[in-house]
Amino acid sequence: MKRTICKVSAALFLAAATFSGSAALAQTPPNVLVVGQIAEPKSLDPAVVTAVNDFRILMNLYDGLVRYKDGALEVEPALAKSWRISADGLAYTFALRDGVKFHDGSAFTADAVKFNFDRMLDEKSPYHDTGPFPLSFFFSAVREVKALDPLTVEFDLKERYAPFLSNLAYPTGLIVSPEAIKTYGKEIGRHPSGTGAFVFKEWESNSKVVLERNPDYWDGAPKLEAVVFRPITDGNTRVAEMLSGGIDLMVEVPPDTLGQFKDPARYQIFQQAGPHVWFLMLNAKEPPFDDKRMRQAVNYAVNKKAIVDNILQGTAQVAAGPTPPAFAWAYNDALTPYPYDPEKAKELIKEAGYDGQPLILYVTEGGSGMLDPVPMGTAIQADLAAVGLKVNIETYEWNTFLGKVNPGLEGKANLAEMAWMTNDPDTLPYLALRTGAMPDKGGFNSGYYSNPEVDKLLEGARQSTDQVERAKLYKKMQAIVHDDAPWLFVANWKQNAVASSAVKNFKLQPSFFLLLHDVTKG
Amino acid sequence: MLSFIARRLLALIPILIGLSLIVFLIMALIPGDPALAILGSYATPESLTRLRAEMGLDHSLPVQYLIWLDNILHGDFGRSYSLNRPVLDEVVERFRATLILSATAFALCSIWGVLAGVVCAVRQNGWVDRMVTALVLIGISIPSFWLGLLLILLFAVRLHWLPASGMFAIYGGGDLLDLARHLVLPATTLSVVAAGVIARLTRASMLEVLRQDFIRTARAKGVAEASVIFRHAFKAALVNITPVLGVQAGFVLGGAVYVETIFQWPGIGRMLVTAISTRDILLVQGGVLVVAASYVLFNLIADVVQHLLDPRVRT
Repeated sequence: MKRTICKVSAALFLAAATFSGSAALAQTPPNVLVVGQIAEPKSLDPAVVTAVNDFRILMNLYDGLVRYKDGALEVEPALAKSWRISADGLAYTFALRDGVKFHDGSAFTADAVKFNFDRMLDEKSPYHDTGPFPLSFFFSAVREVKALDPLTVEFDLKERYAPFLSNLAYPTGLIVSPEAIKTYGKEIGRHPSGTGAFVFKEWESNSKVVLERNPDYWDGAPKLEAVVFRPITDGNTRVAEMLSGGIDLMVEVPPDTLGQFKDPARYQIFQQAGPHVWFLMLNAKEPPFDDKRMRQAVNYAVNKKAIVDNILQGTAQVAAGPTPPAFAWAYNDALTPYPYDPEKAKELIKEAGYDGQPLILYVTEGGSGMLDPVPMGTAIQADLAAVGLKVNIETYEWNTFLGKVNPGLEGKANLAEMAWMTNDPDTLPYLALRTGAMPDKGGFNSGYYSNPEVDKLLEGARQSTDQVERAKLYKKMQAIVHDDAPWLFVANWKQNAVASSAVKNFKLQPSFFLLLHDVTKG
Repeated sequence: MLSFIARRLLALIPILIGLSLIVFLIMALIPGDPALAILGSYATPESLTRLRAEMGLDHSLPVQYLIWLDNILHGDFGRSYSLNRPVLDEVVERFRATLILSATAFALCSIWGVLAGVVCAVRQNGWVDRMVTALVLIGISIPSFWLGLLLILLFAVRLHWLPASGMFAIYGGGDLLDLARHLVLPATTLSVVAAGVIARLTRASMLEVLRQDFIRTARAKGVAEASVIFRHAFKAALVNITPVLGVQAGFVLGGAVYVETIFQWPGIGRMLVTAISTRDILLVQGGVLVVAASYVLFNLIADVVQHLLDPRVRT
């Protein structure tokens, strides 16, 4: 019996050894970059997607008229060589790059630009039914797009709209080949054709998306032969794949696993703060947070540093106000985060005459940009209990959570978690802090904050096309909002990534996009 | 026999209709709707209303259901909005992956389970029996997602023998050997619990049979021990084991959800989880129909096999 067991196990071992083949099994091929993504892309049509996960692929397939400068959130020319803004700020005229071709061979022209925006914005466009286009409101200020000649395109706006250029640099503004849309209709998301540095090769559902080098790229052919995006939804599995050499680059590394990549001979760790802010909305319509002192008290009572260091393990920094520091040009660096001061909080609560009523905090289980919402919510609950605020948590799954929070907190909750990731300092405050952005007016100001001066500053900043002037207005707005404390300002997320040491010239961008044009793999 | 199978297949129709109705109602009951899932943080009441109308969600529930049923009867499973592709393409592709994984796991757990059970019964209370029983207990108790991670750590991260996840190599590969390599870890993980259950039941039913008179008679007649166990006892015990195998086949299919997630196996379990959280009702309905139909079919096959094996059930 024993001998048989020995024989069998020896045979099994031999079989396993032959089976597993050479030791190079898990190695990725040379000059091909394998990227571990967090999910399967929804679509490769830039007009219909909203997730950063999809943007990471799209930015390498397509170009927009403009793009963000390397390492910044300011725009520079891309498919447009230059542009002119009319004196009234209502007409933007772009001179397009000559000789650019889409991957399907058709020419990039002013008509192609018009076609793309008409598809999203004009309900009479024959291709409007290839949507829905959830982010088309980025361009809702556009009245008309005119192709003046094959290489000149003009956008006429209904009103002055400062974030326009920045929105054009966002994935929603990427230009798709009109011929491809005409051929594939709704299926365009699986047959993408752009002008970008990489050409779409194949998409095997739930397994991989493969892009290959575009040798004719107008900005110089990329060095990598190909890029493979693999969806690996489970964080632990993603880490295991990185450790076993199955991928070269992974994004969104779970904070508590970063320690496994400390060996600089094998791995490089990247971090980059982005245009993200994580906060708690406070319901200013109903007591107790209709009193500014109570809202400030919450900001003093919560130990943001402990949340950032312990729960988020240093993958975020403490937020000072509503605008993330990643918008360097518009950020008011004179502001400092509310210090952790429970005594001061208790004093303010006493002054405000809080009657001890229990409060309700909406917490979500997950969701775009929400980081680690349950432990964060629990930590905040404990800190508030320490200063005498009794908080009851109600936890909802993300879609349900949005369905509860977006229509406004009145009569339901006093506090609610929220996070936003934006591309322009205008977006978040304009959509979530203005009087005109209350939920019943279609905005996201679910805590009903209202300050006429903030409204005026935000309108002014949106109307101005002068960046220096806009910066001044945004900085003033941040100071007022910091003091009014409509939110509990908690954290700005730092995106992270790990790459094997063979990967060179890689950099994370503050836009959170993944740009692979210059990357090499030795 | 044929009429038995025909009757069982006919019974499948009301089962599937009832099931689709239940799934439809549950999806309608849970809060959050597909339009919101598409628009995400940017959803405004106005854009929600417009999108709901575009998606036909503004009809009443019964009408929505009937429209779906009508489409299904015309062979149209609809289009998944979260994946931007026809539901049927996705479901067929994913179900094939799940079948490959669960069939392998089922074969593994049947072989291990039955072998272990027979060995234990024959060597009742011996050290082999105790050791195998202990292993079986551990196998039943280990959560499969944890076991999966341990196997990945050992065989992929430390030893580099097998790939950590996926169904095929990312570049090159795609052949049978490549598939087999990717199958080893998930199929093993998936088979462990079921193997334990099968082993315990096989042991029990073998012990029962071994105590019966006809076995004593066989031994008294001088039949070789191996023949007593496999030709006489095992054949009789198989009647009790077969329905358990049928149930375990269903279990393996259901358990694939965790294993698919850990190993990034592109199967239907993982698809369903994502589809539910994105409220992709057409995809959920399509997926559930296929899984339910196959579950019923497995049990049918088990019943038919039992029929063939056991003269008592046949009459």
